[in-house]
Amino acid sequence: MAVLTAARRRRRGATRVPPVVLAFVLVPLLAEAFWVFWPAVQGFYLSLTDWDGVSAPKFVGVGNYHEMFGDSVFRTALLDTVLWLLLFGGLSALLGLGAALLLQQERRGVGFYRAALFLPVVFSLTATALVWQAMYQPDGLINNTLDFFGLGSLRHAWLADQDTALYAVIVPALWRQIGYVMVLYLAGLKGIDPVLYEAAKVDGATRWQQFRHITIPQLRGVNAVVLSVIVIDSLRSFDVVWALTRGGPYHSSELLSTYMYSTAFQSLRLGYGSALAVVIFVLAFGVIVSYLVRAFREAD
Amino acid sequence: MTAMNRQARRRAWATAGFHAGAGALSLLWLVPIALVLVTSTRSFDDIAANGLGSLPHSFTLGGFHQAWVDGGQGRALLNSLIVSIPTVLLSLALASMAAFGLARYDLPFRRTLLLVMLGGNLLPPQILLIPVSKISEALGLYDSLYALIGVQVGFGVGFYVFVLHGFMRSIPPEIQQAAVIDGAGPWQIYRRIIMPLTTPALAALGALSFTWIFNDLLWAITVLRTDTKMPITASLIGLQGQFVSMWNVIAAGSVIAAAPTVVVFLRFQRHFVAGLNLGAVK
Repeated sequence: MAVLTAARRRRRGATRVPPVVLAFVLVPLLAEAFWVFWPAVQGFYLSLTDWDGVSAPKFVGVGNYHEMFGDSVFRTALLDTVLWLLLFGGLSALLGLGAALLLQQERRGVGFYRAALFLPVVFSLTATALVWQAMYQPDGLINNTLDFFGLGSLRHAWLADQDTALYAVIVPALWRQIGYVMVLYLAGLKGIDPVLYEAAKVDGATRWQQFRHITIPQLRGVNAVVLSVIVIDSLRSFDVVWALTRGGPYHSSELLSTYMYSTAFQSLRLGYGSALAVVIFVLAFGVIVSYLVRAFREAD
Repeated sequence: MTAMNRQARRRAWATAGFHAGAGALSLLWLVPIALVLVTSTRSFDDIAANGLGSLPHSFTLGGFHQAWVDGGQGRALLNSLIVSIPTVLLSLALASMAAFGLARYDLPFRRTLLLVMLGGNLLPPQILLIPVSKISEALGLYDSLYALIGVQVGFGVGFYVFVLHGFMRSIPPEIQQAAVIDGAGPWQIYRRIIMPLTTPALAALGALSFTWIFNDLLWAITVLRTDTKMPITASLIGLQGQFVSMWNVIAAGSVIAAAPTVVVFLRFQRHFVAGLNLGAVK
């Protein structure tokens, strides 16, 4: 009934929603409020305290944030997180788009290729990490392949070397993410009206010009989505690093997320850990807001 | 004639080039998977003697047995399923109800509510970890699978509401009006009309959320402590510590941990991909 006359009611300013429907909305909302909103508020508050998890939290204001300036591990973690954003994010967007362009046409065998690239997306990052750990072993496939091509001098303990650990962790993360980004771009490419390309061909546009002036502008919406997904995924990244290096050796592959976890749950510095979590939130904030603004526009 | 020939030849070359490129790329993607499958069926002595990167000289399922029994992967797999299946069902049931209310009724602040719920899902989980572990302690749920189910439902529901809301908005109001005229209440409309029409979106979200929840590590190690309660992802990390350099066991554990989501993917491939796009294109 409410739907029938919704428009008229809104004009009159009176709304009557059946109590069942109210419960439909309130129960899930309360579940989320209890497990997400309330903890989030506490998280922000705890970032202003010094807390070992046992005695009462001691309010220290911005003390934790102040401490970050002098914390060299924090600097490393922040830098690595930015590197992770640029490398993991940038490469998965570029290579995902490349894979989508390569595999966009429906032709024989393309389903197999797509499935091959997509398969790792369903693995947990933990399993992915262990698969790659086997590849990175001193006598593993990567070093053996280098030997095979006469590049034995490049043999490496990839995960144990401070100079290579972070990059060695990014590769498995990319291996898994590229297929996901590819799926998003494939859907975007499918949504482009073929008439645009035909018109361009009639006008004598080259393949590059078509890509430059049709494909790229038409993908703007998907790009925004991919960007949000990538930034949020980058800042959340935890499993693959935790399973491969736990942020080591000597914090060389430390991300803010792993540093936050070990600070909170291993060093039991819950206040400082909360402050690190707030930094992660701040870095994600712009993306969250732009995602919500876009969702707001499309909510009706 | 020759022009046509030349064109046909060029097309044949282009096709060959495509398959060579795409084939090489697929190979690059499949090699790690093949490698782990092979490693999981080798014996420890074989790997110790010939090296991890060598061709296999043995075939045994002993690694699976060790991972399953000694490494506790069997128990862990069960834990993962005990968490994942109710969580998926519960969060989709709750989310579909909220989405129904928000999409089909003129609730006050409905758009704000929708975005607040979505916003909760977009928060980085790190900000919630410490309070969630403390809340589950205060409730006496710490180190129990109920805490994991609770937080997974609470954290996931916002996103599912948003996706299902978009889907339900697109169902023509006339269908519902006919039911209202026949005297159907909100529950009947939800159960008999909207839910059946929303099945494709539910299937897509179901396949997707199953893999997310099954693959989660962070929430699990935040609210659980006892080894025998850990889901398969956390148990896999334990396996790595317990069976150091016994790569056949670790590989077998990875295969066990990946198998259920691969099965879901192969069975629901279409829904799965649709799910990713449902969430993203919005």
